Amino acid sequence: MQFFELFMRAAFVENLALVYFLGMCTFLAVSKNVKTALGLGAAVIVVQGITVPLNNLIYDLFLRKGSLVLGQYNLEFLGLICYIGVIAAAVQILEMTLDRFFPALFNALGIFLPLITVNCAILGGTLFMVQNKYTFVESVTYGIGSGFGWALAIAALAGIREKLRYSNVPEGLRGLGITFMVVGLMALAFMAFNGI
Amino acid sequence: MKLLRNLLDKIEPQFKQGGKLEKLYPLYEANDTLVFSPDHVTDGSTHVRDAIDTKRMMTMVIVALLPCVFMAMYNTGYQANKIIQAAYTATDGQIVETLKQGNGWWRYAIMDAMGVSYIQAGDFYTNLTNFDLGLILACVVHGALYFLPMYIITLIVGGHCEVLFSVVRKHEINEGFLVTSMLYPLTLPPETPLWQVAVGIAFGVIVAKEIFGGTGTNFLNVALTARAFLYFSYAPQMSGEKVWTAVDGYSGATALGAIAANENNASVPEIVGNLKGTIDGVVVQAGNMDWWDAFWGNIHGSVGETSAFCCLLGAIILIATRIGSWRIMAGVVMGVTALSGLLCLLPIESAVYNITPQWHMVIGGLAFGTVFMATDPVSASMTVKGQWIYGGLIGFVTVMVRSMNIGFPEGIMLAILFGNCFAPLIDHFVVEANIKRRLARHG
Repeated sequence: MQFFELFMRAAFVENLALVYFLGMCTFLAVSKNVKTALGLGAAVIVVQGITVPLNNLIYDLFLRKGSLVLGQYNLEFLGLICYIGVIAAAVQILEMTLDRFFPALFNALGIFLPLITVNCAILGGTLFMVQNKYTFVESVTYGIGSGFGWALAIAALAGIREKLRYSNVPEGLRGLGITFMVVGLMALAFMAFNGI
Repeated sequence: MKLLRNLLDKIEPQFKQGGKLEKLYPLYEANDTLVFSPDHVTDGSTHVRDAIDTKRMMTMVIVALLPCVFMAMYNTGYQANKIIQAAYTATDGQIVETLKQGNGWWRYAIMDAMGVSYIQAGDFYTNLTNFDLGLILACVVHGALYFLPMYIITLIVGGHCEVLFSVVRKHEINEGFLVTSMLYPLTLPPETPLWQVAVGIAFGVIVAKEIFGGTGTNFLNVALTARAFLYFSYAPQMSGEKVWTAVDGYSGATALGAIAANENNASVPEIVGNLKGTIDGVVVQAGNMDWWDAFWGNIHGSVGETSAFCCLLGAIILIATRIGSWRIMAGVVMGVTALSGLLCLLPIESAVYNITPQWHMVIGGLAFGTVFMATDPVSASMTVKGQWIYGGLIGFVTVMVRSMNIGFPEGIMLAILFGNCFAPLIDHFVVEANIKRRLARHG
């Protein structure tokens, strides 16, 4: 029950895309159709599910004061650089796996998979994990939950954008402009969970 | 009728291309087709599934809304009169003098001038069996003095936004706004300041509808977006205890608010049967409601949302004319029943978790939202299976917000907006699944 709660909290109450507005560049750029959005969403779930627990291990074993291996030093100042390194490596491995086993998805994601490396949603997930002092199991739940929330948001946005093809948007707002408006209105709806 | 047709035909050339008033053609067209059949029925892809014109469809929704509008006026006045009556007895008439000097003085002045009395001897306002036409009129007039100003402001401000956009962007004015303008004031608390009513509807019409291209192209329900905007921007006037009864200075919770604030795990009938409020420091019994009161609509709340019975009448009209989807309504009811039933079974000692499904249906805005907002054909799911899922999602989220979110006592508004966000995605999956199944069947 406790993990279910954490999962729901990570996915809806603290939705990375629509509550914290993290990972906006890919969120806006890859949401033109549902299929690609789902692919990217799946990639984010996997990357979050791997990197958040990995970074949790690194934080617990090496970085924090009183850690298991290097307990006598406080290495938290190395945090950012380590997390980014782990994320970059994980994305690299994921990319090679996709290239080998799912070439169609790999081609569809194109440049955006490497871009996940520098996606603030991914780093944000890790930093929230450190800030909230999650245990290892909690960080697995949090990683998958927050990735799921982000994937859900981008899939919904892609669905709406597909529907908006039939809309007659004023010329100045077409493209990114109207997408920003849509994201703002979606965030309004997501405030339903604000305070749970 | 003939006279009107002749008049319209006579002025038509001025609005046609090259005429003096060419720019205002949408206005002429809107007035013409409201009364007479349009030259051509719906074009474009908006409602191509329906054999009737969008104009007639929207007019039908307004007919379905009429019971709610009447009840809105009656109940707003009834609740106000009841409180005034109780306070009058408690303070020997002083309270009425204070009220007459407050912000709402003009309402009491109008009622005095009309000879409509808001204070009655006896216990009429606490005893409904005592029907009397004059007293019902007193309620309706008092309520109308709250509802009509909000409605007129909505029409003026929202209508102007709509006309401006259709003149500049050259699309026709649609009756869609007539429905929005009627739904929107019904969802507001009776004491909402009129300038906020104006700001809200302007936001709703422009941001939720017109920037997407007008009726039929938006993805969120317009009236609810306007209300949600007000709800988060001006929380003190849209929530809390001071706004739900049309009496200045009176403070008393709605049924849902009282249940959310209860900490003793009391049962719903206990709480609702003993609602109290204060006015100028005097404690007043707001009423002892039972389930049937909540069903007929004699409870505090937003103007038009209180009566589940009138919403049921509206639902029958909408379903009979096949304008509202019965699948969505059934989906919401099932979602609410499933989650609230489950929460009741869980051994949690909290009043909000123990609201039984039949109470969920009649308190708050659930009935109103289910019938008139969730079924909005533009923002809801279009596919048959999708409508079940969409409805279920709304019911589920409503109960979730009501029971688990401490911040918001009511959840139907945000639940419907949440459902609107996911409706296109649900449709997408249903269509994809359909394609896959038929491919498998026919190769």
